[in-house]
Amino acid sequence: MNIFLYDNTFEGLLTVVFESFKLKILPDAIVYKNKYQPSLLDISFEIITDVLKAERVWNGIKAKTSKEACDMVYHTFLSGMDNIGMIIFHYLQLTFAANYNVSVNYREESVLLIKQIQQKVLKEAHRMFMFVRFQKTNNDIYFAPIQPKYDVIPLIGKHFKNRFRDQIWIIYDTERDYGLYYDLKTVEEIKLEQHNINKSSGKIDASLLEEKEECYQVLWKSYFDAINIKERKNLKVQMQFMPKRFWNYLPEKNNG
Amino acid sequence: MNDTILEKLNVLANAAKYDVSCSSSGSSRSNNGKNIGNTVSCGICHSFTEDGRCISLLKVLLSNHCIYDCAYCVNRSSNDIARAAFTVDELAELTINFYRRNYIEGLFLSSGVMRNPDYTMERLMNVAKKLREVYRFNAYIHLKAIPGASPDLVKQAGLYADRMSVNIEIPTEQNLKILAPDKDFASVYQPMALIKENIIISKEERKKYRKSPVFSPAGQSTQLIIGASPENDRQILQLASGLYDFQKLKRVYYSGYVPVTLADNRLPALKQPPLIRENRLYQADWLLRFYEFKVDEIVNDEFQQLDLELDPKLSYALRNPHIFPIDINKADYEMILRIPGVGVRSAKLIVHSRKFGRLNENHLKKMGIVLKRAKYFITCNQLTDGHKDILPSIIRRNILNEKNKLLKRFNENQLSLFGDLVV
Repeated sequence: MNIFLYDNTFEGLLTVVFESFKLKILPDAIVYKNKYQPSLLDISFEIITDVLKAERVWNGIKAKTSKEACDMVYHTFLSGMDNIGMIIFHYLQLTFAANYNVSVNYREESVLLIKQIQQKVLKEAHRMFMFVRFQKTNNDIYFAPIQPKYDVIPLIGKHFKNRFRDQIWIIYDTERDYGLYYDLKTVEEIKLEQHNINKSSGKIDASLLEEKEECYQVLWKSYFDAINIKERKNLKVQMQFMPKRFWNYLPEKNNG
Repeated sequence: MNDTILEKLNVLANAAKYDVSCSSSGSSRSNNGKNIGNTVSCGICHSFTEDGRCISLLKVLLSNHCIYDCAYCVNRSSNDIARAAFTVDELAELTINFYRRNYIEGLFLSSGVMRNPDYTMERLMNVAKKLREVYRFNAYIHLKAIPGASPDLVKQAGLYADRMSVNIEIPTEQNLKILAPDKDFASVYQPMALIKENIIISKEERKKYRKSPVFSPAGQSTQLIIGASPENDRQILQLASGLYDFQKLKRVYYSGYVPVTLADNRLPALKQPPLIRENRLYQADWLLRFYEFKVDEIVNDEFQQLDLELDPKLSYALRNPHIFPIDINKADYEMILRIPGVGVRSAKLIVHSRKFGRLNENHLKKMGIVLKRAKYFITCNQLTDGHKDILPSIIRRNILNEKNKLLKRFNENQLSLFGDLVV
């Protein structure tokens, strides 16, 4: 088995594609090097991420297909699925072999698969637009912990920047341990040394909250209950649109 | 202050909850950096209540005092309930603080009729004006136009709102007059027509001068109450279709009647709100708006009431066997849309992909087409006319059998779910 090892970044994966084409060796698996367990039957190639090579592949995709199709590949990568390296590799093999734009030919299994994964990732990003809940801290930062299924942080900064332009905010992925920080000018990626968030309830330590924060959470919960029509109870639909995995971090659902 | 606010919020949200509109879509208002918030054209839901409905906007009444006594309305003057009213500042603080925490897309503001329609409309307009001009609130605002309010006030309100709505509530004037003696169709249609006109004028103006004011950019909507009066689905859908075509409405909402007052012999005694019927009406509404159906194809003289067991698209297909089977590889997009089991998204996948070669059953399955339904109505590479000669009545039975099996499995799961909850 030919195993290509990379650093689990998107540029790294594109470099894998570049090297594989250059070496004329097809990978049987593309694996994050820190997770790789060597086996006697494997021949492994450790690929060093090279931004210039990655860019050549990226431009190649753009030339062969379209800007939208490039986005599709990147979004798919953010799914972080175990075999995502090979899924994207197969798709790019097809892209470069074809003499037309394959990115909308859903008869091809790998095109349809990539498209479907992209839709899942974009749906998760949209769910952040829906379910992010800011808590105001006593130093006037609006802080929202999140636990998305996919790594959607790179996809959501623009939306929140356009919307909450006059408030300082942080959106923090407590699982992947990094987030976005907006300081009224730009959005930057941050990694916090320590944070006082209860990872299971998403609550910030009460001593750090602005004095009215809890009061607004109570008002919101109360509104949430009052707007419900009891005679129409339909928990199935509620859960379909707002899956339980989000409930922990929603004040209307986690306050008992 | 917060106990009073809490109490008012409870009363005024409770009073607003039977208005089903929740959409925050259709407006795209960017933030120049000096304001609070923006709007995005797709709209965003922020939560879902136990009844399965979405919360997108903070939906409250300014006041639930009302001089009218409409039989179907929880806020009717003769109903013995707690009454309250927000001040403008209370409401603004609440809206903005909810908004900044990403709980909501904006405000949906309606009101009981205080003193008279003009007095009420003016107060609603003033809330919107103050939110925009004093509080710099740039997010979504949905305002009710009060039937009978003067054109000037409605016109002013539209300059601050993203969407406006006037509720028809009862689908025929004759029944409206029985249930709501203080209202008539003219008082509803007048503001509706005025809003429509001003939206058109504003759009034209903005083609010429980019800076000219926007009027209710997300259009207008209305609501019909289902099951409080005896209209059939044909009457309701014809009304809706007319509203889309002639009043250019963005949405018609259907609200299954929930008994909200003590028994009144003008209203039917319902044990359950007519939820299935409401759902079928929404499905029919989607056929009108997104599937290029004409209203007569969904309901007509021979077929006045939607089938509660089958969705209206399937029901249409079974009543019109002569147009099937449809050839997946050749038929126009509009015809592909008519196949039961094929949605807008899969119809687009189909027409995109077939340019590159013929599609077969396997392709369709992977694209997410519900073959269990679609198989009776299509031909493609392998699936040829095998199913064509099955009688509609047998297709109906087969599909219902499938559905019952699913339902049974779901109910068993539900039971075990509730079993867990009890522990």
